[in-house]
Amino acid sequence: MILYDALSGWLGNEWAWLISNVVSILLFIVVLLVMIAYILLADRKIWAAVMLRRGPNVVGAFGLLQSFADLLKFVFKESVIPAGANKGVFLLAPLITVTLALGAWAVVPIDKGWVFADINVGILYIFAISSLGVYGIIMGGWASNSKYPFLGSLRSAAQMVSYEVSIGLVIITVLLWAGSLNLTEIVEQQRVHGWNVFTLLFPMFIIFFISALAETNRPPFDLPEAESELVAGYQVEYSSTPYLLFMLGEYVSIVLMCAMTTILFLGGWLPPLNIGFLNAVPGVIWFVIKVWMVFFMFAMVKTIVPRYRYDQLMRLGWKVFLPVSLLWVILVAGYLVTTGSFPVPVGVH
Amino acid sequence: MADFLTEYLAIILFLGISAALGLVLLVLPFVVAPVNPDAEKLSAYECGFNAFDDARMKFDVRFYLVSILFIIFDLEVAFLFPWAITLGDIGLFGFWSMMVFLGILTIGFIYEWKKGALEWE
Repeated sequence: MILYDALSGWLGNEWAWLISNVVSILLFIVVLLVMIAYILLADRKIWAAVMLRRGPNVVGAFGLLQSFADLLKFVFKESVIPAGANKGVFLLAPLITVTLALGAWAVVPIDKGWVFADINVGILYIFAISSLGVYGIIMGGWASNSKYPFLGSLRSAAQMVSYEVSIGLVIITVLLWAGSLNLTEIVEQQRVHGWNVFTLLFPMFIIFFISALAETNRPPFDLPEAESELVAGYQVEYSSTPYLLFMLGEYVSIVLMCAMTTILFLGGWLPPLNIGFLNAVPGVIWFVIKVWMVFFMFAMVKTIVPRYRYDQLMRLGWKVFLPVSLLWVILVAGYLVTTGSFPVPVGVH
Repeated sequence: MADFLTEYLAIILFLGISAALGLVLLVLPFVVAPVNPDAEKLSAYECGFNAFDDARMKFDVRFYLVSILFIIFDLEVAFLFPWAITLGDIGLFGFWSMMVFLGILTIGFIYEWKKGALEWE
């Protein structure tokens, strides 16, 4: 915004808007990717610590530069496109995955007013974009023209759409509670009513967290890439940066899911207690701390929970989460209707 | 109105920049990395043997069934979005109308459960 004011004087409003937006979006994506580099490292370090190993510790002090070394290594590797593959689709698939994963961040507010597109259907946009994420995987698996990727992408697509349903219903309960589709409004509602996780919505927090694990193909739901059965699932034929883009897309959507958990249930950028000195801390710091804490839970689940079998996974999604979250939608709506305590818009616009 | 559209322009810009970044990374190894393919390297990965047949094979119909069920329930969620936002305005009548709709869907859900559409053995 400072840049916009500086530029609008001598460039005209349109150009100033364009340039200031491009610069801030680039800056945001770079910061996000650097954070993801460290999230990746943290993931490996936590994993190692639970197994009493050291984890990456050679590149940089305590392995702090490991992710950047990995990036360079990926870039300087030969990118192999299998002879039987549909080359266009094969290369398009990782591009779509990473574009959609990053693109979802356009509507995520990291502090009050710190958002690129404060649209009034923010959560619907994220829901739509994460639904489209299936395409990258199914295209990659199909275009590889190889058996493991094909089976992996089928499994992955079925798994992601199954958990998409329960995520959708969980989001509905939050919407009932907040009365808005705008993410900023959802967080500001929690300033009034307390964090959603401490209300009637607590079971939904658990379902959302577990569904988020399944949605992003994280262990214990990493069946599309179950090494013992499918080698690496839909990524088998990928090498070099196409593989990197898949992995990057996966981690970007994991962090997105952490951010969504934070926004929907853990009060976004609000401090844990409404006390003066805690309010003085910038909201974005609370937001990042909460995202990291949710990610820590993701990483701990990865280390300590054994992998699910595929039939157990589908049973959990369709026979447990779907009925429970549907019941909770009715319960929350019924509570609101009988007590008449509908959310009052706090008016962030 | 203009503000409303500006927000969406920002999303398009964001998507465009993400795609450009991805494209740069995608093209980079073709520029800086060695490229010397051979027949073995380019063959599909399958336990060391040559692939027996085409990989676009028949697959289990249950994956198809899951996607059909997904469409039904995702549409249901899409119907719930506007209802959830306006519940305060539409009151008891709106609440019970949606309950009837959900009830019909639940009957369908019970039917598919009993039919074994959700079983994976």
